[in-house]
Amino acid sequence: MPDATGLELIAQALREEDPDSVLDTAHFRERATLIISATAVRWTLARLRERGYGFLSSVHGVDYYPEQPRLGVHYELLDMRAVDRLTVKLRVHTEDPVVESVTPDWPTADFQEREIFDMFGVRFEGHPDLRRIHMPEDYEGHPQRRDFPIGGEPVLFTHNDPQSPGWTQ
Amino acid sequence: MDAVSASEISEYRRQEQSITLGPLEADLGAPGAGIDEPHEELMTLNMGPHHPATHGVLRLLVALEGEVVRDLRPVVGYVHTGIEKTAEDKSYWKVIPVIERMDYLAYYFNAQAFCGAVETLLGLEVPKRAQYLRVIHLELNRIMSHLVWLGTSALDLGAISMFWYCFRERETILDLFEMSSGQRMHTRYIQVGGVIEDIPAGFADQLARFVARMPSRADEYGAILNRNEIVIQRLRDVCPLDAQTLLGLGVTGPLLRAAGHPWDLRKAAPYSSYEDFEFNIPVGSRGDNYDRYAVRLAEIYQSTRIIEQALAGLPEGPYITDDRKVALPPRHELATSMEALIHHFKLVTEGFRVPPGEVYYPIESPRGELGCFVRSDGSSKPARVHMRDPSFVNLQALRAMTKDAYIADLVATLAMLDPILGGIDR
Amino acid sequence: MEVTRQRLDAPGAGGQDLRVRQLRARELLRGDLSDEDLERYVQERVLTTTLDKAVAWARSNALFPATFGLACCAIEMMSIVGARVDVARFGFEAFRASPRQADLLVLSGRVSIKMAPIVRRIYDQMLEPKWAIAMGACSSSTGVFNNYAIVAADKFMPVDVHVPGCPPRPEALMHGILKLRKMIQDDPDLGWRERYQARGTEEFVPADPGTPAAAPGAHPAAVNVARPGDTAGA
Repeated sequence: MPDATGLELIAQALREEDPDSVLDTAHFRERATLIISATAVRWTLARLRERGYGFLSSVHGVDYYPEQPRLGVHYELLDMRAVDRLTVKLRVHTEDPVVESVTPDWPTADFQEREIFDMFGVRFEGHPDLRRIHMPEDYEGHPQRRDFPIGGEPVLFTHNDPQSPGWTQ
Repeated sequence: MDAVSASEISEYRRQEQSITLGPLEADLGAPGAGIDEPHEELMTLNMGPHHPATHGVLRLLVALEGEVVRDLRPVVGYVHTGIEKTAEDKSYWKVIPVIERMDYLAYYFNAQAFCGAVETLLGLEVPKRAQYLRVIHLELNRIMSHLVWLGTSALDLGAISMFWYCFRERETILDLFEMSSGQRMHTRYIQVGGVIEDIPAGFADQLARFVARMPSRADEYGAILNRNEIVIQRLRDVCPLDAQTLLGLGVTGPLLRAAGHPWDLRKAAPYSSYEDFEFNIPVGSRGDNYDRYAVRLAEIYQSTRIIEQALAGLPEGPYITDDRKVALPPRHELATSMEALIHHFKLVTEGFRVPPGEVYYPIESPRGELGCFVRSDGSSKPARVHMRDPSFVNLQALRAMTKDAYIADLVATLAMLDPILGGIDR
Repeated sequence: MEVTRQRLDAPGAGGQDLRVRQLRARELLRGDLSDEDLERYVQERVLTTTLDKAVAWARSNALFPATFGLACCAIEMMSIVGARVDVARFGFEAFRASPRQADLLVLSGRVSIKMAPIVRRIYDQMLEPKWAIAMGACSSSTGVFNNYAIVAADKFMPVDVHVPGCPPRPEALMHGILKLRKMIQDDPDLGWRERYQARGTEEFVPADPGTPAAAPGAHPAAVNVARPGDTAGA
C-alpha cells in the first residue's frame, strides 16, 4: 500500500494533469484511497495503469444512504510488481447515476459493472452489454440500495395467522 | 489389411481429409451473432441451468458452428441469494454464517476474508495461536475444495472412479472439521478476533495422521490421471490462454498460475502468519487445461506441507482476542465476573460496534483472489458487505478460452475453470 | 398485543372449518364414517391389493434421483453417493440427468426467484409417479436467508419430504430418502398434488395432432404441454 506521502504524490501528479479529477485522498488503516470525480474515472485509471497499477481486482458499488451523493463505485487496483493496492472511489447521485464504463480498457469490469447496474442502478456508458446479471431480466428495482426492502416473509405466529397465505388448509 | 500408399488414397479418405474446421471465412457478424439473432451458420445451444456438466446452475448460451464453439454467453443469477443484502441486516458476528454460504466449497475462506476485513476496521490483533489454527483450517479447506473439484471434474471427463477416491479423502477432512467445530460444512469456526474454540484433544493426532497419509493419496490420484491417455488427449493443449489476457480479465488463482504467472497472495502479501511457513507455488507453463489440473493437484501437496508446519509450530496461547468488547468471554468467567456477564450480554444481543470506515481485505482462496469489502457506519451492523468472488471474475475468461474449441472441450474447460455458482451469484 | 376471541361454531372465517374438521376427526377415530368419507379415508391410507403393494415396493426400491444440485446441499448430496454413506446400498445411485427418466427430485440448495420457474418446469417434465424432497433449510423454508431473492420450494411445487439442516448431514438426507421410500410403500396421497395442479403436467406427444382433445389428461394450467397448432418439433 502506498504510504501517505506516496499517495499524496500520486494525487498531486494527477491533479497537475487534470485539476478536477482528484477530489480527495484518504489513508486509513494503511490503505490508500483516491476519491475522484465521476467523469474522470477512465482517464484516472489509465494514468494509474501507467504508474504500474495494472490489475483491476474489483469493481463494486456502495450505497451511502442517507449521505448524498448516494451511490459509490469503488475500483480496487493492484500493482503486482510492487505489491501495492490503491482504491479509487467515486460518487454519483441517484437522479443521474451515469458513469463511464472502464470495460473497454479493463475487460475484467464487464460482469462487475453489470452487477453494479443490477444492484444499484448505476448506468455505465460504453459498456458493451449492460443488462441485469443476477436478478431476472424484467425485475424492477435495484435490490442492494439501502431503501429497498429486504423482502422475505414474516415468521408466522398466532397474531399474524390471518395474514398467512393458507397453504396448510 | 491392404496397405494403401500415400499417393493413392481412396475418394472417401480424400473427402474426409478435405473438411477443415478452421475459422470461417464468412463474416460471423457482431458479437452475439448466433445468440441474439439467428445466423445461417451458427446454431444456438442452451446448456441450461439444469445440466449435468455445468457445475451448478450455470446457463451457457453457445453459438456453435458444427461442433465448434464460436461464441459463448454465460447467464448467471440462478442461485442469487441476496447474501450481501442479508448481511447488512445482521450484526457482525451473525454475518459470518450468512457470508460462509457464498462460495460453498471454501467456507473458511469466506469467513476469513470477512473477519480479516472487520479486524482491520477494528484495528484488532489476532493472537498467534488463532492465526495458526486459522491457517490449518484454511489449508484443510483448500485441500477439500481441490478434492471436490478433482472428483467432479474427473467425473465430467469420464474417469468416474476418481469421484469415490476424492470423496473418501474429503470425508476424512470433514471429520476433522466436525471434530474442531461440530459441523461438517459452514462451520462458523473463524470468528472476528480468532477462532470460536480451541481444538479438542485428539485433533492434533488425527490431523497428523491425515497429513502423513495425504501425500501418498495424492500420488494415487496422480498415478490414475497424470499419464492417462484420455486425460492427456482431453486436456493437453486444450483451450490455452496466455497470462496477459488472463490478467486483463482479472483472473487470479490456479488459472493464472497455470499460465505461468506466479501470483499467490499467500506469498505476495502474507496474512495470518503465512510468512512463517515454507511452501512452494506450483506454476504451469502452457496455460492449457492440463496445466490447470496439474497446478491444483500440486497445490494439494503444498497445502499438506503448510499444515504439517503449522501443526508442528502451533504456539500456546489464547485462541481468540482478549478484547472483551469484541470476543465473548470464556464461560467460566460468567459466574464470577460482572463485567464478563455484561459484555456477554451486549455482544450476544447487540453485537460489537465497529468504528466507521471502509476496507477491502483480499485473501487467496482455492479459486483465486477472494476479497471482502466492508463498510461500517459505526453501528453494530455492517453498512455494506461485498465479496469479490474469484469465480465471478474467472467466468469471464471462459469465452476467451473456448473460442474455436470443440464443445467437448468446452465441458472440460468449464470443469478446469472450477466455478462455484454460489460465489458467482452470491 | 390484541387478542380476539371467536366462537368456534359461529359462522365466519376459520371457525366453521375448524369445527367441522374436529368433528370429522373424532368420527374417524370412533369409526363412524359414512361410505364416501370412509372410501376416501381407506384409499388415502391403505393399499387394497397385493399387486398395488408389490408395485409400490418395486417403485420405492428403484428410485432414480435427478441430478439437481443447486447450492451447498448439493455437495452433501454428492456425499451420499460417496463411499461412507452409500446410497447404492439402496439402489438409488443411478442419478439421471434427464428429468424424463428420473422420478425423484432432490431440491438440494436454495431456490432463487430466477430459478423457481425452471425448477417447476423440471418437475413438470418428470413423469408420474414422481416425488420431491426439499433438502435443507433453504428449499424447505428459505432457511438462513429470508429475503427478496429466495423462495421456499413448497410455494410452487408439491414437496413430499422436507429434510432439515444447513446442510443436512448425508445421514440425515439418507434418513429422509428412506422415509420417502416408506411413504411410497404405504402410498399415502394426502391431496397435496391437487393443490399445486401438479398432476398431468408432463408434456407428451399427442396421438393425433389434429384432434382437439389431443392432449388427454393435460391440465389446462400446464405450461409445456404440446397442443394442436403448436409448431412441430417444439
